[in-house]
Amino acid sequence: MSLGEITRVSLAKDLRLEWRSKDAINSMLFFALLVVVIFSFSFDPTAEESRHIAGGLIWVAFLFAAVVALNQTWARELRNQVLDAYRVSPAPANALFISKTVGNFIFVAVLETLMAPLFMVFYNLRSIGPVYELVLVAILATWALVANGTFFAAMSIRTRSREVMLPLILFPISIPALLAMVSATTAILTGEGSARFWVVLLVVYDVVFTTVCLLLFETVLHAE
Amino acid sequence: MRRTFVILALLTLALLTYALYQGMVVAPTEQTMGEVQRIFYYHVPSAVTAFTLFLINFAVSIVYLVGRSQRADALAVSTAEVGVVFCTVVLVTGPLWARPVWGIWWTWDARLTSTLLLWLIYVSYLILRRYSTSGQTPVIAAVLAVFGFLDVPFVYLANRLFRTQHPQPVYFGGPGSGADPRMTYALLMNMAAFFAFAALVVWLRFRLERARQDFEETQALEALLQPDARSPR
Amino acid sequence: MSQTAPAAAVALSHVSKIFGRFAALRDVSAAFPPGKLYAILGDNGAGKTTLLRAMVGLAPPTRGKVTVLGTEDLRAATAQIGYMAHPTLLYEEMSAIENLRYFAALYGIRQDHPCERAIRAVGLDPALARRVGQYSQGMRQRLSLARALVHDPRILFLDEPFSNVDVVSAREMVHVLAQMRDLGKTIFIVTHQAVLLEGVADEFVSMAAGQISARTRDLPSGLERGAPPARATL
Repeated sequence: MSLGEITRVSLAKDLRLEWRSKDAINSMLFFALLVVVIFSFSFDPTAEESRHIAGGLIWVAFLFAAVVALNQTWARELRNQVLDAYRVSPAPANALFISKTVGNFIFVAVLETLMAPLFMVFYNLRSIGPVYELVLVAILATWALVANGTFFAAMSIRTRSREVMLPLILFPISIPALLAMVSATTAILTGEGSARFWVVLLVVYDVVFTTVCLLLFETVLHAE
Repeated sequence: MRRTFVILALLTLALLTYALYQGMVVAPTEQTMGEVQRIFYYHVPSAVTAFTLFLINFAVSIVYLVGRSQRADALAVSTAEVGVVFCTVVLVTGPLWARPVWGIWWTWDARLTSTLLLWLIYVSYLILRRYSTSGQTPVIAAVLAVFGFLDVPFVYLANRLFRTQHPQPVYFGGPGSGADPRMTYALLMNMAAFFAFAALVVWLRFRLERARQDFEETQALEALLQPDARSPR
Repeated sequence: MSQTAPAAAVALSHVSKIFGRFAALRDVSAAFPPGKLYAILGDNGAGKTTLLRAMVGLAPPTRGKVTVLGTEDLRAATAQIGYMAHPTLLYEEMSAIENLRYFAALYGIRQDHPCERAIRAVGLDPALARRVGQYSQGMRQRLSLARALVHDPRILFLDEPFSNVDVVSAREMVHVLAQMRDLGKTIFIVTHQAVLLEGVADEFVSMAAGQISARTRDLPSGLERGAPPARATL
């Protein structure tokens, strides 16, 4: 079977498992909700102010929630050491990487879709810039987080304190992307400044790091 | 080996002393900032040295991924550790300079911010090495090193963009721009001295790591020859 | 495939596997001709599981070479290998047929038929919609074996397939495995229940302290005590 077919089969399997157990989605949602509420208590902004800070708050909330999902989706492969069954098969490593990344992307995207209205309500948020631009930024930004996140989660399998190790190695490297997504979102929300350069940065970031992930995933998967 | 080390150490010491003298005594006092500006002779060379070490770490990590050479891994961990130390120097000297001059400890100046991110990335690399359980630590670490260094251009770019949109106080004006040639000379001397010092420390660390690797080899060989009592399961 | 079968299905040449200070395998050299059923015996810590994992490619040797079906590149041989470990290597939230469909897909198998056949071969019902998480341990074990068989591999590596399985089911599994051996498959079974394989195994490979201490035709006596028998020739 080709890379594409195995990717599709793996993705279908992951979606089916998630649908039945709802491990990742539940923990993510609850966590994100907590973050939103806590931030609400700390900041009580006017509509004008909220546009300036919402970008940062939203992406921090999504970042932490994404980490929850990333840990969960790999935890599933470690139960009963199912990952060994994959490693022993002729299936290509990148099929697993792509299917996991796309799966994570879907879960985080669902989270974002559910949480965005909540943010708007809690912070009296109304965007000055067009919404489709926000969606574009969200897609690029989410991919940046889950591509590296999925890869690093696979790496952190081979460490002690696995769940702490993931954010520890992921966050520093993601900071440029985070800066870009926050700045772009803020620029669109407030209508001040251009989001264009940030979007370009995100695109380049996504391309470069997805390529590196694809090149190195086989090494990481088959490391003992 | 011993003799070479002593010679190099003495040379480095001489260089450092000479550079110190140049920076602290010979170079003229800066007009606007006063004596505090002299920290510049430590701040900039540290930054350049740290960056060079991380560049070497990147190259050596790729070499490791290709050939799985133990020496490459030893050099990788050495350059990372020493690089983090120099990075720390940059992050400490920055605020030390900023406080008297600007009245603030920290500012999100492009260079300082970039250095902070570099520091974070390589500290996370060192923590990964420490916490890795499997015998494949060098592989995983090398992979992270590749990611980390590839991130560097993005760090600088993002900071640049951020700066154009949010103008920040300029930290250190360029070393040139009509500066006294004695200042430039002092700066270059300090660069050379820091490079020499870095090379010396990296070499020491490298030897230490090689010794540790050899020790593990020996232990492994011993294990082969004599069986343990029951395995620890 | 090639006209002539390789001389050995699996060959090890000075294979050592070292974890820090502990040598799980110590300079093991052996050749295993194809078409036979090998029972691998020994106490805990003797290196049986490590040996299996080294042969399958999950634990590359620290020293030495492993050759499977004539090639050192174990990734190339993966389609011909079936592996079963002590953990079940199954997804608890899916049913038997869903699990097998997924793993079969990894080997390029698109149809349901091989999956159903494998499930039936181990005495389970392919139509069972119950999730694997609700199976008894014995059923899980059997399904794990089915997973290892689904792609009709030439070599099977089974790590304690009979543990937690009732005697009747275990005997049935042995019967199935014997049939497979008769069809030309090579089978390696690590087990503590050597008696189950008496009269079925072509060879008993005894391990102790990371080495192969003996290879015998018959079930070694005094085996449970861990005393390696005197070296015997085949």
